[in-house]
Amino acid sequence: MTPDTAENSRLAFALCLTFILMVPLAIAGLALINTGLGRSRSAAHAMTSSLCVISVAVLVYFAWGFAIQGYPDLTFFGGAGHGTDGMRSTFAPAAIAALLAFFSVALASLIPLGAASDRWRISAACASTVLFAGCIYPVYARLAWRQFLSPDVKLGLGHFFIDVGGSGVIQVTGGLTALSLAWLLGPRRGKYSSNGMPAAIPAHNGVFVVFGCMLAWIGWMGLNSASAILYAWLPIETSVLVAVNTTFSAMAAALTAAAITRIRFRKPDASLIANGWVGGLVASSAGCASLKPATAVLTGFVAGALVVLAIEFLEFTLKIDDPCGSVSVHAVAGIWGLLAVGIFSGGLGQLLAQLVGVATLLGFVLPLTYGLNWLLGRFIPHRVSVDGERQGLDLHELGADAYPEFAVHADEFMQR
Amino acid sequence: MKLGGFLLLLSGWGIVVAALTLLHGGALSAFIVAGLAVEILGLVLVAKSHIPLREDNG
Repeated sequence: MTPDTAENSRLAFALCLTFILMVPLAIAGLALINTGLGRSRSAAHAMTSSLCVISVAVLVYFAWGFAIQGYPDLTFFGGAGHGTDGMRSTFAPAAIAALLAFFSVALASLIPLGAASDRWRISAACASTVLFAGCIYPVYARLAWRQFLSPDVKLGLGHFFIDVGGSGVIQVTGGLTALSLAWLLGPRRGKYSSNGMPAAIPAHNGVFVVFGCMLAWIGWMGLNSASAILYAWLPIETSVLVAVNTTFSAMAAALTAAAITRIRFRKPDASLIANGWVGGLVASSAGCASLKPATAVLTGFVAGALVVLAIEFLEFTLKIDDPCGSVSVHAVAGIWGLLAVGIFSGGLGQLLAQLVGVATLLGFVLPLTYGLNWLLGRFIPHRVSVDGERQGLDLHELGADAYPEFAVHADEFMQR
Repeated sequence: MKLGGFLLLLSGWGIVVAALTLLHGGALSAFIVAGLAVEILGLVLVAKSHIPLREDNG
């Protein structure tokens, strides 16, 4: 290795590490969004659940998740028979890819919390995360990035499945798990009246939600850029295009959501605009390095419209109570992101390859995650009691409110 | 209906995987689309089976 090459290699490593260290901002953003869109009496519970869930996800993934996913040189507990020493002995580049994978699985594990918000027990959420990070996520990631759908397999179509930033692996796996849990848990008490009309349970803190969106934007640029370098082996210069595509998609999606809600409800809806923004980020991930900026804008336009329409369809027609719109934002926009790669950057063969990836998500991941969570529910009840739900999960599960100074609810106190 | 829906989801994926293993060219494309159509049918069944019959939960 010449001195110049070594210098370039160190620069690439440093830049890639910087991108990866931006990813926790996406995790923080998603946690804030989930908390802000929930009720004030479950706010501390939402943030505490987020911390517990990402901790469980990362440690379980470290213990056996990436062994299942099939990282070269890294097996159980980071190294074959060496416990934690395994990570040290394979410092780069496998370890830097593993670091990105830790943050990716943490991000994915937060998605179901949004759909199960205000009624999911922390212990059940942690147990479900063990299944997600230890089985569902790594199995699909292995299929998508290492085996069946990986670039080494052209699927008889002359093209391979493209999911650079994880629209499918990270977002749709999380979104389908969110859908399974929304089905298994059922709607919140009081969400639907006897004639089937949904009641509005408004977000308790719009500032959390919008600030979460901004944090998610920074984190997503890091996630997509690092994934393009590490998983698609693209040169570091591609990061500029990746950041532009990610940004354009989110902005187009947010504006589309604003326009649709302005037309339908006469005023733009803050929570749906926020959901549109995140939907744009989600849709940008799969093709972040292969789309052109103009097609990234188109991807965002469609994602923003799909998110708003899917949220309404799920709530009004399918009676799915998804308080944070997780299914629409992560599953629907994620699937659209995968298809957009085929539509905008590769012709019919590429579209068919993307359809194979989507078929694997719907036909394999959804039954797997539903079945595992259904089975888990036989041993650990997912849902809090009726009283706990009425009281709010902060007091019921944690024993203290997030806002004790001003959150006073009459039914929290015994009559003297 | 729920179990039938999940079986259709798995069957659709089975059609796609079998097509990838056994077929080439136009037939492969047709069977991928057919497999996905079966999955969508399964998804509709699963979704319908989860709509509460009596929505009063308040």
